[in-house]
Amino acid sequence: MTKWRIVVFLVSLLPLAAMVWGALHDRLGANPVEALSHESGSWALRFLLITLAITPLRRLTGWRKPVLLRRMLGLFSFFYACLHFLVWLWLDREFAWGGMLADIATRPYITVGFLSFLILIALALTSNMFSMRRLGLRWKGLHRLVYAAALLAILHFIWLVKADLMQPLIYLGVFVVLMLLRLPRKAVMRKPRRMVKKQAVA
Amino acid sequence: MREYRYGRIKPSEITDQQVWLKRRQLIKAGMAAGAGLLLGGANGPAMAAIAGPGNNRKISLSGESVYGRTLVPTEYEHITTYNNFYELGYGKEAPAENAAALKTRPWSIKVSGECNKPGIMDIEDILKLDQEERIYRFRCVEAWAMVVPWVGFSLGRFLKRFGPTSRAKFVEFETLYDPEHLPGQKRTVLDWPYREGLRIDEAMHPLAFMATGLYGEVLPGQNGAPLRLVVPWKYGFKSIKSIVSICFVEKQPLNSWNATAANEYGFYANVNPKVPHPRWSQERHRVLGKGVFGGKEDTLLFNGYAEEVASLYSGMDLRKYF
Repeated sequence: MTKWRIVVFLVSLLPLAAMVWGALHDRLGANPVEALSHESGSWALRFLLITLAITPLRRLTGWRKPVLLRRMLGLFSFFYACLHFLVWLWLDREFAWGGMLADIATRPYITVGFLSFLILIALALTSNMFSMRRLGLRWKGLHRLVYAAALLAILHFIWLVKADLMQPLIYLGVFVVLMLLRLPRKAVMRKPRRMVKKQAVA
Repeated sequence: MREYRYGRIKPSEITDQQVWLKRRQLIKAGMAAGAGLLLGGANGPAMAAIAGPGNNRKISLSGESVYGRTLVPTEYEHITTYNNFYELGYGKEAPAENAAALKTRPWSIKVSGECNKPGIMDIEDILKLDQEERIYRFRCVEAWAMVVPWVGFSLGRFLKRFGPTSRAKFVEFETLYDPEHLPGQKRTVLDWPYREGLRIDEAMHPLAFMATGLYGEVLPGQNGAPLRLVVPWKYGFKSIKSIVSICFVEKQPLNSWNATAANEYGFYANVNPKVPHPRWSQERHRVLGKGVFGGKEDTLLFNGYAEEVASLYSGMDLRKYF
């Protein structure tokens, strides 16, 4: 398992490596700040969805190993979200705190993005064994907020787009599928059986 | 006609001048090395446009222009790889990748509506008109900006050829509609064809410009070949690309982004730091090509052209007519 952990850890750092390499070699295009913002934001959302894919994966395949990697993947989502927030705070808003707070208060896509980030902070801070023991049953309730964080992040994406909604809607579609796969076992298990029958007839 | 002076030179633009001159020399040296030394002698230095990379046909200029001589142009590569031209794709780099889908020959522009001499003009004839270079600031509604050395001609002078009547209160422009070839028009992201409009006095203003090229060369597809509008004091979406139709009309025409989201994009779309877009501030913008830590600049009213154009809007509530 340790070997797996190291591999996944290193692979998860690749997007960061690509961003740093691009920035150093001037390969981020005409608007590198926008590129960094989009890349870090996209990877935060992707890691969040990967984290949410682990339960369905286990249910469908019985594969248990990835569950042990879930915390790390969730923390990588938080890591890229921090990067995304930092790019906005530093390179976009240029540490203009007044403008930043006004943005959060008055611009809905920033409000929901910030809320999602706050949830991720709370989850990251309580992701250790100590917090799990300390919070007991309440830990699970708290960490169910991850669904809200994902939905808010997707909403943040939908609301910032000018006209072409294709990309954020793909993420929304993936999220919806991951949620449907969590429905009670019976509903999920019946479908494949019916499909097998149909194939046999054909 | 009145002379328009160019005020307000930013300190950053002055310090960059040395770098810019060096770059121009380098580009010129590269051009000369590549194309042979013939070019150097053929073009007198006074009439030469700022040299591009030589990707496209060169346009010969008919006179030296004074417009924007103090501005430092954004690099050709950035101007041509970071575009909003949804007809050729919705991402910033997509238009450059799909530019070949835009066939610019044959091409003609239909001029119609409230005018005495309507007609259809072929692009080859338009290219025979006197061409000049103008370096303009270009400010996108998305809070980024660049400085573009356009080649083209005065819109007002062009429009007068068609004899607009007193009923011509506005001018409506239309982009090519060709969903078979233009990949972005296969989906109804906007209500195609793209349309834009100007009030007649805006269109007749000396700063309003029709571009046929940039960096001394014919426009590449992604920048709106073969003919596009350039209205430097308005947000970029007003500067409609790949125009096929110009119509003089009595009523304010529809413009595509306003039709898509009226609360976010107005008809006037004058650059104004005091009127925020509902989703972002317009107080500052990022000039392209300045790197990760290049920082932003303050946005000026009418994109720094207030001295020239503010009188067009005297007495108007710019918050209401944004």
